[in-house]
Amino acid sequence: MSKPAGADSRAVLEGPDIHRALTRIAHEILERTKGADDVVLLGIPTRGATLARRLGDRIERFEGVKIPVGTIDITMYRDDLRRGPVRPLGPTELPADGIDGKVVVLVDDVLYSGRTVRAALDALNDLGRPTAVQLATLVDRGHRELPIRADYVGKNLPTAKSEKVKVYLDEIDGRDAVLLMKGGTQ
Amino acid sequence: MNRHLISAGDLAKDDALLILDTAEELARVSERSIKKLPTLRGRTVVNLFFEDSTRTRISFEAAAKRLSADVINFSAKGSSVSKGESLKDTALTLEAMGADAVVIRHGSSGAPHRLANWVRGSVVNAGDGTHEHPTQALLDAFSMRRRLGNLEGRKVTIVGDVLHSRVARSNVLLLATLGAEVTLVAPPTLLPVSVGTWPCEVSYDLDSVLPKSDVVMMLRVQKERMNAAYFPSEREYSRRYGLDRERFAKMPDEAIVMHPGPMNRGMEIAAEVADSARSTIVEQVANGVTIRMAVLYLLLGGEIA
Repeated sequence: MSKPAGADSRAVLEGPDIHRALTRIAHEILERTKGADDVVLLGIPTRGATLARRLGDRIERFEGVKIPVGTIDITMYRDDLRRGPVRPLGPTELPADGIDGKVVVLVDDVLYSGRTVRAALDALNDLGRPTAVQLATLVDRGHRELPIRADYVGKNLPTAKSEKVKVYLDEIDGRDAVLLMKGGTQ
Repeated sequence: MNRHLISAGDLAKDDALLILDTAEELARVSERSIKKLPTLRGRTVVNLFFEDSTRTRISFEAAAKRLSADVINFSAKGSSVSKGESLKDTALTLEAMGADAVVIRHGSSGAPHRLANWVRGSVVNAGDGTHEHPTQALLDAFSMRRRLGNLEGRKVTIVGDVLHSRVARSNVLLLATLGAEVTLVAPPTLLPVSVGTWPCEVSYDLDSVLPKSDVVMMLRVQKERMNAAYFPSEREYSRRYGLDRERFAKMPDEAIVMHPGPMNRGMEIAAEVADSARSTIVEQVANGVTIRMAVLYLLLGGEIA
């Protein structure tokens, strides 16, 4: 799965870049939602969930408001389930007050085809009725296959479809970095 | 995981834990207002029931529907089986209907195993004769884990009609895989000859085992399968092997009481024990739907070879 970085990969974001990007996104969320009063952050497991927690911590530090943070697993809503072996499920943990009438900010690590976000929107539909849904992503690498765009982007990263983007986060991988790997054979 | 679920003994520890962990996530679906996932849209699950069963059939039906699968219920009564159709011909009919999974309950031990050779879809054993009932064992393990945490080293006592119980055999096999220590307690007449080869202990004395048990699982006395006198009277059975208030008091404070249902209140279990807060009997039913969702998802959720 996550092979160690070889010679044909380079870091496009290092630890400090990721910190700055998340800090900026946290400020943007506060600005766009006018103080993040009704905001709920929902991270898509695994790394989106970690990023959501970091954003929540930052917003609390900046404005002293504690906003609810949860996770939303989209496995059961994927459109490619039949294209591979069965996938293990991730956790879905909604804040106690739910998402009805809230502004949900979905958080993911990489935005690519948009299919994950499509699945997350379907999952949200079964969980409640937010007043609005926004999307935050650490990296937008392009190549959308659905009419979906992010509201908050850490870094726009032009890539070729053959390349791979891999996000490492301290809590899970022991370090912070975003790597771009040259595509080999599929 | 295997393509079929025929025996709890076929599950490696990793498989069993994957099913339990998947069920843990799916349990939340039952708590929300929209209890439905789109995952198995377009898949067909056939419930093939040759024996009467309410809770198991309804449980599988609810599980399949919550995953958006199409469900076809086939019960032997009033079907072509009562006109003499063989299991194989029934299987070929289902095959032609495009069943992705067949959930089978049959009075003969081994019927699901035979069926698995005849159909392309996954076969799930929902109870075959006195052989096995793997999803019951899984939901029991799930219920135990939710109350007690890790099952490693837990002491589970299974009491009653082991001879006619597919639940007991599946539980012994699965719990041994999960690292629990199982003791069977029954009159000698209600233990199968082969019990010496099972991965468990055997005792004839319930009172000596109760104080050391984390879980006490009472089995139903299956009168409908009894064609001989296995014990002198119901009253004597109840006195020696029934879980009444006095025996319940001998169990450790955190120990739980289980029963796969349907219960004979007053015979193997006293009503007040069955209704106590330490009884998981109602939870077991809810957990049954959850665990069957997990099994169906893991069998049908991915690419089908």
